[in-house]
Amino acid sequence: MVATEKPQYKIIGTRPRRPDGVDKVTGRAQYGADIKLEGLLYGAVLRSPHAHALIKSIDTSKAEALNGVHAVITNADLVGSGQTFQPTTAEAIESGTYWQALEPGKASPRWAAENILAGPKVLYHGHAVAAVAADDVHIAQDALELIDVEYEILPHVVDVQDAMVDGAPILHPQLRTGVRAAGVDTRSDIETNLASHMRLESGDIEKGFAAADLTIEREFTSSQFHQGYLEPQNATAFWSHDGRINIWTSTQGSFMARDATADVLGVPVASVKVTPMEIGGGFGGKIPIYLEPMAAVLSKKSSRPVKMWMDREAVFQATGPTASSYSKVKIGVTNDGKITAAECLFAMGAGGFPGSPVGAGVQCALAPYKIDNQVIDGLDVVLNTPKTAAYRAPGAPATEYAVESVMDEIAEQLDMDPIDLRLVNVAEEGVRNSSGTPWPKIGAKEVLEAMKSHPHYLSEIQGEDVGRGIAIGFWFNGGMESSSSARVNKDGSIALILGSVDIGGSRASISMQLAETLGVTYEQIAPQVTDTDSVGYTAVTGGSRTTFAGGWVAYELGQTIKAEMISRAAKIWDISGDEITYTDEGTVVGPDDAEGNKRVFSFNELAGKLQATGGLIAVSASSSHTTQGAAYGGHIVDLKVDRDTGKTEILRYTAVQDVGTAIHPDYVEGQIQGGIAQGVGMALNEEYYYDSDGHLMNGSFLDYRVPVANDLPMLDVEMVEVPNPGHPFGVRGVGEVPIVPPQPTIRNAVYDAIGVRFYHTPMSPRRVLDELL
Amino acid sequence: MQAVNYARATDVDDAVRLLIEGGENARVLAGGTDLIVQARERKRNVDLLVDVKHVEEFMVLEFDTNTGLKVGAATPLYQVYGDNNVKINYPAIVDASTVIGGKAIQGRASLGGNLGNSSPAGDSLPAMIVLGGVATLAGPNGRREVPVGEFFTGPGRNILETGELIVYISFPPVGAGEGAAWERFIPRNEMDIAVASAGAWVKIEGGSVTDARIALGAVAATPLVANDAAEALIGRPLTDESISAAGDAASEIASPITDMRGSIKQRKHLAKVLTERTIRMAADRIR
Repeated sequence: MVATEKPQYKIIGTRPRRPDGVDKVTGRAQYGADIKLEGLLYGAVLRSPHAHALIKSIDTSKAEALNGVHAVITNADLVGSGQTFQPTTAEAIESGTYWQALEPGKASPRWAAENILAGPKVLYHGHAVAAVAADDVHIAQDALELIDVEYEILPHVVDVQDAMVDGAPILHPQLRTGVRAAGVDTRSDIETNLASHMRLESGDIEKGFAAADLTIEREFTSSQFHQGYLEPQNATAFWSHDGRINIWTSTQGSFMARDATADVLGVPVASVKVTPMEIGGGFGGKIPIYLEPMAAVLSKKSSRPVKMWMDREAVFQATGPTASSYSKVKIGVTNDGKITAAECLFAMGAGGFPGSPVGAGVQCALAPYKIDNQVIDGLDVVLNTPKTAAYRAPGAPATEYAVESVMDEIAEQLDMDPIDLRLVNVAEEGVRNSSGTPWPKIGAKEVLEAMKSHPHYLSEIQGEDVGRGIAIGFWFNGGMESSSSARVNKDGSIALILGSVDIGGSRASISMQLAETLGVTYEQIAPQVTDTDSVGYTAVTGGSRTTFAGGWVAYELGQTIKAEMISRAAKIWDISGDEITYTDEGTVVGPDDAEGNKRVFSFNELAGKLQATGGLIAVSASSSHTTQGAAYGGHIVDLKVDRDTGKTEILRYTAVQDVGTAIHPDYVEGQIQGGIAQGVGMALNEEYYYDSDGHLMNGSFLDYRVPVANDLPMLDVEMVEVPNPGHPFGVRGVGEVPIVPPQPTIRNAVYDAIGVRFYHTPMSPRRVLDELL
Repeated sequence: MQAVNYARATDVDDAVRLLIEGGENARVLAGGTDLIVQARERKRNVDLLVDVKHVEEFMVLEFDTNTGLKVGAATPLYQVYGDNNVKINYPAIVDASTVIGGKAIQGRASLGGNLGNSSPAGDSLPAMIVLGGVATLAGPNGRREVPVGEFFTGPGRNILETGELIVYISFPPVGAGEGAAWERFIPRNEMDIAVASAGAWVKIEGGSVTDARIALGAVAATPLVANDAAEALIGRPLTDESISAAGDAASEIASPITDMRGSIKQRKHLAKVLTERTIRMAADRIR
């Protein structure tokens, strides 16, 4: 590890065992699939066989009559559960009232509801149409075959460029482009699939290009990629007669799931309690809700608890993926490599409803660099594909792939080392980013310097059709609200109650920060994730925010506990608290007494005296700091392309990343390696494959090809620590950056290996052969 | 998947009787690695499973230097590829059967199941064809023998009549100067169905190829016997030119489709690449 200005820590930087580890590897951890309740019914979902169709009628009577079936629901039942909005009708769409409540680019409960169960139209293959609850899942599936749906098939569009041309099939006739930029001439008064158009602009772009000695403009496309979490979506709900709705689910944010479910059902937030189960991966895909409201309404109709889970095909068809993209990037440089101007256009496919991650992608695109003259346009486009969900650094992999690919071509034409080209332009503290905000302390330069001196980069590469590539990536990292409470017990053990769902080791990393704050051992802290009624509001586990925000809360809890411990010691010693110190070792020390005896309590000794001095300590804290630290990562790959088969083999891979402070280095490395693995999948094989009717043809792990273990060599991680000054322990967040660089890194290396520039990901063997044959 | 009836056959005739009684939705259960999945996903209606794993003849694994190899239709792959005689004499079977599924699947899946499922991409099929595999079938009219290369009639379809099932597959003994190999192309290193595959068997005597068999998988509606490719090798020494000619002939007869696993262009090209690679591997294996 390379570290600057880092204090000496006792716990932070060590690698203790995670509290949930043994239960997970021995199969005892409780996931959503493990829920069993008295009288439990099982749900199943009927999904659209068409990419785009009007629903003329749905007849559920035969399904309802089947022995063992307890409830059948459609969108009308879902939105009929509450009062916030009425079911959508064809007339509402025609008259335009359907869209009146909508704000441009903002998800409405109606959209969420119509994604969960289709309204007047099905908008993608696999869109849920109806749901059944029955005594067992086989009866529920039989019942699905008895539901008669009459469709009128409509022309469909699954490609982001096709969706923007005149005459493209229109998904939402009343949709008008929300224009969020001055000087943009996008028409906002015609039928369109373009849901929003945003622009970031600074400097004088024409002057900038005029000053360039070399200008390169290229176009890129990328496929849709799925998060590929191991555990499918699931939810169990019980709607009791007093109106309480209990939900057990696999989610990245229990409070978000609670609020969204209440919004869709039109019930008070306080009537919904969400208990998050252990989660088998999410990567952003378990932020939206899908099954929770369905299970709740089926439960209400049947008066029984209802359990639902998706099969893998449904997961691919109707959850997740990230946006497909079309990018155009033009960069001008002087002969010494200084960027004079950049002009970018990014269009992203949002799926059936508005809301692709293009906004974040736009802001990330040029973030590694200081560019005085720039214009970036972002377009959010609806398509007949599943509604996109967040996926690890949402939007950034596509936009930075395009920029980093152009940078590689510039370096080649200028005959410059690609890292040197980036160092000439690297963003540093005080430089304004694309949104016009000056960067705080960031580690982009440190990352590039560590890449350049890394043994991997200094090594020789040998062999036929072997190549090397590099690229850098950026992600903001998130702040947002987190809450926890802590109780100090009589033996000094501490119960730490967390609102954050633990996906990547946050029970351990937050406990470590509390232990460091208090000077106690990691082992005496017992963390647990709890339900939405038992802890304060906590935003999703996502945005690389959990260790940052959870650490802030742990620090604040620790400060409160320390103050309380001092006041208890003051009471016992009958002196002022001002005379007492809480030491880094976790001891409470006062001045010597009149006889010259030392006044000192260990943490555990004093804990034993809490009950007699006012009771055990129970404290809560909520905070939402906005001082999160942006992070950069740079990757180096060596690979070999088989010219006969088009297959690319990764030979060596190194990731250098500014991690702020590595709280638990094993988990930091694991996050980075996981991000690389997913990025390699995007670069080489993963894609959504549609037939000419808009059917998703590869909705399985067999044919949606994520990398398997033996596709990857050991992924080496070099952690650079540039502590975030906005966090008590310098945490930046690490989970998302590593998925950003792999696509351009590999693309640039493939060129080095076989002399072919690719402008689409994945660079699957089929596409490599298309170029070589 | 709904409730299904299960019957355990006591002998070959009993299996035939059960299949006839069960009608068109009665299926033979060997390892079940294809059948159970198809039934669960409601892609195949099954009313009756006829389990043949408790009948010895379906589970044999016999090798004799004079008569060759006999593999029961339900003999699990791990036994087949783990057998020393198979390893030494029929490495092309090992090539194919070690990449079908993972270890757990290989404990259940069988050559007979791969044959009966009749997928054009079935990994063991080109290997069985080039090794001269012959399936012994039992049915209401008694037994018959069919070369593996003549077994298939379309994707998932074959020549089995109602009430007929595969009992075992026989392979001729391996003579001097003979070698065989099988290889597939998949985009990952595991967990994939072949984009294309090829098997090759060559016999070289006195410096010249005297006999050869080439077969292709996943490049047509059925596994293909590539006679033209074999002809390009026979009657001359094995050279880069003859191997390339065999590859071209293989590519020529390939009539693949474009789907999520591969394109026509890619598969026709891979037919050549894999044919050439397996011919070289087969020649290298001649002892």
